[in-house]
Amino acid sequence: MMEILSTGGLTTVQDAGRRGFRRYGVGISGPLDALAAQVGNLMVGNAPDAAFLEVVIFPLRVQFKQTTRIAVTGSDAQMEVDGQRCPPWWSVVVQPGQIVTLRAPQSGGVAYVCVAGGIDVPVVLGSRCTDLKAGFGGLDGRTLRKGDSLSLLPSRAVNSTRRFGVFPPCAGIPLPEMEAPLSDKTTLVRVLPAAQWESFSEPTREQFQTCDWQITPDSNRIGMRLSGDAQLKPEKAVELLSHGIVPGVVQIPPQGQPIVMQCDAQTAGGYPKMATVIAADMWRLAQAPIGSRLRFQCVNMQQALDANDEVQAYLARVKRAVDFLFQDV
Amino acid sequence: MKVPLVSPLSVSALGTDALLFDCPPPMSLALQERILMVADELSHQPGVEEAVPGMNNLMLVFDSTQVDSAQLQAVVNQAWLHPKQAQRAAREFELPVVYGGEYGVDLEHVAAHNGISTQEVIELHSAATYTVFFLGAHPGFAYLGGLHEKLHTPRRAQPRLKVQAGCVSIGGAQTGVQAQTLPSGWNVIGFTDRRFFDPTSASPALLSPGDVVRFRAVGALS
Repeated sequence: MMEILSTGGLTTVQDAGRRGFRRYGVGISGPLDALAAQVGNLMVGNAPDAAFLEVVIFPLRVQFKQTTRIAVTGSDAQMEVDGQRCPPWWSVVVQPGQIVTLRAPQSGGVAYVCVAGGIDVPVVLGSRCTDLKAGFGGLDGRTLRKGDSLSLLPSRAVNSTRRFGVFPPCAGIPLPEMEAPLSDKTTLVRVLPAAQWESFSEPTREQFQTCDWQITPDSNRIGMRLSGDAQLKPEKAVELLSHGIVPGVVQIPPQGQPIVMQCDAQTAGGYPKMATVIAADMWRLAQAPIGSRLRFQCVNMQQALDANDEVQAYLARVKRAVDFLFQDV
Repeated sequence: MKVPLVSPLSVSALGTDALLFDCPPPMSLALQERILMVADELSHQPGVEEAVPGMNNLMLVFDSTQVDSAQLQAVVNQAWLHPKQAQRAAREFELPVVYGGEYGVDLEHVAAHNGISTQEVIELHSAATYTVFFLGAHPGFAYLGGLHEKLHTPRRAQPRLKVQAGCVSIGGAQTGVQAQTLPSGWNVIGFTDRRFFDPTSASPALLSPGDVVRFRAVGALS
């Protein structure tokens, strides 16, 4: 059992996502930064479908009522266990009564608290994740608040009391090659052209890739709204029939400022799609805080698949290291 | 030479793990029935996470580490030209609607955009018989085909951040009812009080693709 003592406001129970129900209009939800969540689950010996906390607004304070292993991943949010600081991307065993605090990160955004066994909330439509938009899943389909108690599922035998950390993705995955130098606090995300790419003029497509797009405070788990100097307008007005979309799709509404769809995105949309953020860079996108800037860089399909391989190789290294740590217990 | 009965689908990528297949216009119910058949067939294909029908289009979400996208395209094209028949039992629904007012704030805009009166908008919208083309956007939201051409109205330049569940709206050539209170870029013309989604139910959505929907104008909801 764990009890929420206080929260900054946007803390939810998530898991790997609700898949297979798009045909009812149900989106996948799940974590903004799926890579960080996956690593966190590995670090406490969980299966990939175990549920965890996603923390978007800080601080968070949680009291544990039982002995359990926890891990904090995501941004560089540092946890404190009874006031004692631990590095980011760290896993420890906590004792009954101990209080874990997550403070606002110096850099990056969203953080994950994974707990051995995973959080025990009811499975709705095949998943424990919170669909905030539709108001179901997780804990009563809502964000967590002070006084909420969460049960934990039995964990795989992880009796080790070792404290350990792993290299975060920013240290373990090569940086994308940059075409132009980036200013401070600008995140490079690679994209693949999408269906309406050709509807935009060459100079507009160039602007899309050279403009620094600021992440506005209107951004949320549904979409990241961007603002920049360029107005991205197709050469002719495009009115599309509604079609399926996925997180990462960059939609261009008529006012010409992009919206990058996130994990709570609707399952269908109809604004022109200029590009899609490649899967390998979704964690970079998730860690770009509100107010910071994005730069888009087009790649081809092979580069996107190669980038994916680099992410998978990083995950495999983490898994080997963690398996090694847990093997003798 | 064998001549296909339908035009080939155009295809585009949505990142590495999804493909979007589009029918050439105009939109039609016959094409949509074929899309639904292909979606049923492709959803059983190994490595395919989901086959999601859209409005005369189909999105496939798959695992690019397991499935080659070129091979998947070939399978879709084959299924498109030679679809397997599937049984679909259509049901009929009549939805009472209060047009205009607090929950129909764009009724006048739709009328002005199309050069007709608000009364004509109401009459045209409630006289038509609509078919559920697919469910999407948000849980339980049905995209309806059959909107009169005089009512086609482009989506708003800037989406509203909050549109009430039950709002009846128009987006381009499509109409539908908001099933949850959410952001939307569609033009809101009325309101109905039916519930469209229940996640605890075995079949969580009220409407299914192929179902028939009619709107009935009422002064007030009971």
